[in-house]
Amino acid sequence: MDLDFSPEDSAFREEARAFIAENYPKALREKQARGEDLGKEDFLSWHRILAAKGWSAPSWPKEFGGTEWTPTQKYIWSEEQARADTIGILPFGVAMLAPVIYTFGTQEQKEKFLPGIRDGKVWWCQGYSEPGAGSDLASLKTKAERITGDDGKEYYLVNGQKTWTTLGQHADWGFFLVRTDPNSKPQAGISFLLIDMKSPGIEVRRITTLEGGHEVNDVFLDNVKVPVENRIFHENQGWTCAKALLAHERSGIAGVARSKRGLERVREIASTELSDTGGPLLQDPFFKRKVAELEIDLTALEFTELRTLAGEQSGKGPGLESSILKIKGTEIQQRLHELALEAVGHYGAPYLRDLGHNANIGPGYADGLAGDYFNGRKTSIYGGSNEIQRNIIAKMVLGL
Amino acid sequence: MDFSFTEEQSMLRDTVASYLADHYSFEQRRDALKTEAGWRPAVWKAFAEELGILGAPFSEELGGLGGGPTDNMVVMEEFGKTLVVEPYLGTVVIGGGFLKHSGHSGAADIIAQIIAGTTTIAFAAAEPQARYSWQDLKTTAKKDGSGWVLNGAKAVVIGAPWASHLIVTARTGGGQRDAQGVSVFIVDKTAKGVTTRDYPTVDGLRASEVTFENVSLPAEALIGSEGAGLPLVEKVIDEAIVATCAEACGVLRRLHEGTLEYTKQRKQFGQPISQFQVLQHRMVDMFIQLEQSISMTYMANIKLTDTDVERAKGVSAAKVQIGKACKFVGQNAIQLHGGMGMTDEMAIGHYFKRATMIEGAFGSTDHHLARYETLSLGKAA
Ligand SMILES: Cc1cc2nc3c(=O)[nH]c(=O)nc-3n(C[C@H](O)[C@H](O)[C@H](O)COP(=O)(O)OP(=O)(O)OC[C@H]3O[C@@H](n4cnc5c(N)ncnc54)[C@H](O)[C@@H]3O)c2cc1C
Ligand SMILES: Cc1cc2nc3c(=O)[nH]c(=O)nc-3n(C[C@H](O)[C@H](O)[C@H](O)COP(=O)(O)OP(=O)(O)OC[C@H]3O[C@@H](n4cnc5c(N)ncnc54)[C@H](O)[C@@H]3O)c2cc1C
Repeated sequence: MDLDFSPEDSAFREEARAFIAENYPKALREKQARGEDLGKEDFLSWHRILAAKGWSAPSWPKEFGGTEWTPTQKYIWSEEQARADTIGILPFGVAMLAPVIYTFGTQEQKEKFLPGIRDGKVWWCQGYSEPGAGSDLASLKTKAERITGDDGKEYYLVNGQKTWTTLGQHADWGFFLVRTDPNSKPQAGISFLLIDMKSPGIEVRRITTLEGGHEVNDVFLDNVKVPVENRIFHENQGWTCAKALLAHERSGIAGVARSKRGLERVREIASTELSDTGGPLLQDPFFKRKVAELEIDLTALEFTELRTLAGEQSGKGPGLESSILKIKGTEIQQRLHELALEAVGHYGAPYLRDLGHNANIGPGYADGLAGDYFNGRKTSIYGGSNEIQRNIIAKMVLGL
Repeated sequence: MDFSFTEEQSMLRDTVASYLADHYSFEQRRDALKTEAGWRPAVWKAFAEELGILGAPFSEELGGLGGGPTDNMVVMEEFGKTLVVEPYLGTVVIGGGFLKHSGHSGAADIIAQIIAGTTTIAFAAAEPQARYSWQDLKTTAKKDGSGWVLNGAKAVVIGAPWASHLIVTARTGGGQRDAQGVSVFIVDKTAKGVTTRDYPTVDGLRASEVTFENVSLPAEALIGSEGAGLPLVEKVIDEAIVATCAEACGVLRRLHEGTLEYTKQRKQFGQPISQFQVLQHRMVDMFIQLEQSISMTYMANIKLTDTDVERAKGVSAAKVQIGKACKFVGQNAIQLHGGMGMTDEMAIGHYFKRATMIEGAFGSTDHHLARYETLSLGKAA
C-alpha cells in the first residue's frame, strides 16, 4: 500500500473538506456544541445529506449505491469527518446489516432493504444479546416457530427477550437472531430475521445507563408474527450471517480518526488548564508523558488499521485482525476519556445532565467529560468484550 | 506491632455499620439523592444524637468520644461501604481538624455545635485556576478595622449546599502562589455577600461554586495565625486524605466483593464466568490492590503524627496507591459485570463513580506522585 497521497487523493481531501464545510447542518453543530442529547432526526439528518451526495455507504459495492472508494479515500473521509467533529453515520444499517444483506440476501431483499439503509430513511437496531446470552451469544433462547397465518402465508412466531438494544427506542426495523431449531447444537439452530419494530407484540423498555443516559433498551417479543421472507439466508444458518456481521462491527470500532481528534482535544484542554505550579498542564511532565504515550499507541493502531484496510483492498474481508483493532481501539478511546477527565481537575465533578448542559459551571470544555468517561466503559464490553476478543485471537490466530 | 482496633473503635464500627444496615440501603440512598436537598438531615441528626459519632475524633473535654484520626478512619470506611453522602468529612474531619489544631479561642464552642449536629462545614479551598495547589489563591482577605473583608471565588466546594459554615482559604499577603500570606477563615454561609451556585456531582454529592463579594468578617473568623496558615492547611488536608483513603477502602471492598458475587452467579458458556482463569487472575489483582490500599491507609494514618515531611510523604504515597486502586478495581468491576455494570440500576456503577471522584479528591495520583518525589528526592539540584 502506498501511503503517499496522490494528486487525486489530495483533490479528494479538498472536496471532502469543502463538502462538509458547506453541507454539515448548522443546527446540528450548535446542538453538539451545547452537548445536548441528539434525537432521531438529528442522527439521520447528516446521513441523508450524504446519501443525496452518494457518499453514505463508502464500503458498499457500487451496484447498491456504494462509493467503492479506495482504502486511502475511506481513510481520508473518516479523517475529514473527525476533523470537522461531524456525527458519525449509525453503524447498524450501513456498516453492519447491509453487508449481510448484499452478501447473503435474495434479490428481493436487496431491493427492498438496501435503499432505505443507504438513504437514511429506515432506522435499524441490533437484536442479538439476551439476558442469558451476552458473550455466549450462541446460547440465545428467543424462539421462532413456523406457523401458517390466517392469510395462508408462512410466518415465524417470535417469543423472547432481547437486551442492550442500542437506540432501539428510535428503531423502525431490527435484525434479530432467533432460535429456529432447539434440538441441534447451539450455533446450528439460529436464524437471522428482519423484524418491523412496529409489529404487534413488541415492547421496547428503557435501560438507564451509569451516567444517566438513555441509549440501551430491553426489547420484549410476545407472539410477534414475522413473514418468512424476512429471513436472511437459510433457516438455521443465521450464525454464518451473525459472525460476518460481527467482524464488520468490530473493525468499525477502532475509531482511529476520532481518537486522533480526541487527542487533539485533550491537548487543547491541557494547554488551557494550568498545572499545580501555574504553567500549562500540557507542560507538566507527568501529563505530557501520558499524552505522548497515548499518541504513540494511537500511531501503532493507525498503521495496524491501514494494514488491515490494505488487506481488504486485496480482496480479504475484514478478518480476525479486527479483534486487534477492537481491543486497542477501545482501550485508546477509554484512555482518552481518562485523560480529558483528569485534565479538568475539580471540574470533572459537576453533574449537569439534569440542569441542561449550558449550566456554565467551570470551563465549557469540561461539560459532560465525566459522563463520557463512565459511558465509555461500554466500549470494552460491547461488540464482543475485550476478553472474548483475546480468546478469539488465542484460538483462531495463535491456535491455542 | 498491632494493627487491631481498640474495643472502643470496634464498637464504633459496629454501631455505624448496624445503623447504616437499617437506614442506608441502596434504595434509601437513591431516593434521598433524588430529593431537592440531596441528603437526609434526619440521618445527620441520628449521627449526632443516636450514635454520637460526630464526636468520634474529639477529646472528652470537648464533649467528644476521645478518639482521633483512627476513629475517623473507622467511620469513613463504613461510610465508603455504604456510599454515605452526609458531610462527615467536611464537617468533622476538616472543620473539626482546623478548629482542633488552630488553638482558636472559639474552637470549643463550634466543636460542641459540630458534635451536636447543628453546625455543618464545607471546605472552600480550591480555585478555578489552582488545580491542586492549596497556596495558589486569588481570593483575598483585607484587614478592615478589627475584622476582614473577603473577596474571591471558590470552585467545586463539596458539601457547600448542606453547610452552615464554610472554611475558606484566602490570601492576606504575598503573591498569588506564595507559601506565605495564606490565612484560613470560618465564614457563616448566610453572611452578606456570600453567593452559592449549587449543583449535584457525578458521585451523588452536592457542591457549589461560591463567590465572596466584600464579605465582612469579624476578627474571630480567622483560624490559626495570619499569613502563616499553609502548614495548618496541609496538615488538615493530609488528615482528610487519610479519611478519604479509608472511605476508598470501603468502596473498593464493595467493588471487589460485588464482582466476586456477580461472577460466581453469572453463567456463560455453561459455567459461572468466575471459572475463567483470566477473570480469576483479574479478581486476584483487584484483591491485591484492595489489600495494598488498606495497608497504605494504615501506614499513612500512623504517619499523621510524625514530622511534617514524613507525614506528607506517607499520605501522598497512600493517595497514589489508592488512586491507582480506585481506577483498576473500579474499571474492572464494571468490565467483569459486562452490560449489567453499565446500568444505573446496579449499585456497582455508583461505587465506581465514587471511586473515580476519590481518585481526584485532594489531588490526583500525578499530583501526589510529584509531591512524594519532591519530598523524598528533594528538588532538582
Ligand atoms: C452500551 C451497550 C450497548 C450494546 N448494544 C447492543 C446492541 O445494540 N445489540 C445487541 O445485541 N447487543 C448490544 N450490547 C450487548 C453486548 O454485545 C454485550 O454486553 C456483550 O456481548 C457482553 O455480554 P454481557 O453483557 O452479557 O456480559 P457477560 O457475557 O456476562 O460477561 C461478563 C464479563 O465476563 C467476561 N467473560 C465472559 N465470558 C468469558 C470467557 N469465556 N473468557 C473470559 N472472559 C469472559 C466478559 O468479557 C465480561 O467481562 C450492548 C452492550 C452495551 C453495554
Ligand atoms: C530462577 C529460578 C529459580 C528456581 N528455584 C527453584 C527452587 O529453588 N526450588 C524449586 O523447587 N524450584 C525452583 N524453580 C522452579 C520453579 O518453581 C518452576 O520454574 C515453576 O514452578 C514453574 O514451573 P515450570 O518452569 O515447569 O513452568 P510451567 O509450569 O511449565 O509454566 C510455564 C508457564 O505457564 C504458566 N502456567 C502454568 N500453569 C498454568 C495455569 N494453570 N494457569 C495459568 N498459567 C499457567 C506459568 O505461569 C508459566 O508462565 C526455579 C525456577 C527459576 C526460573
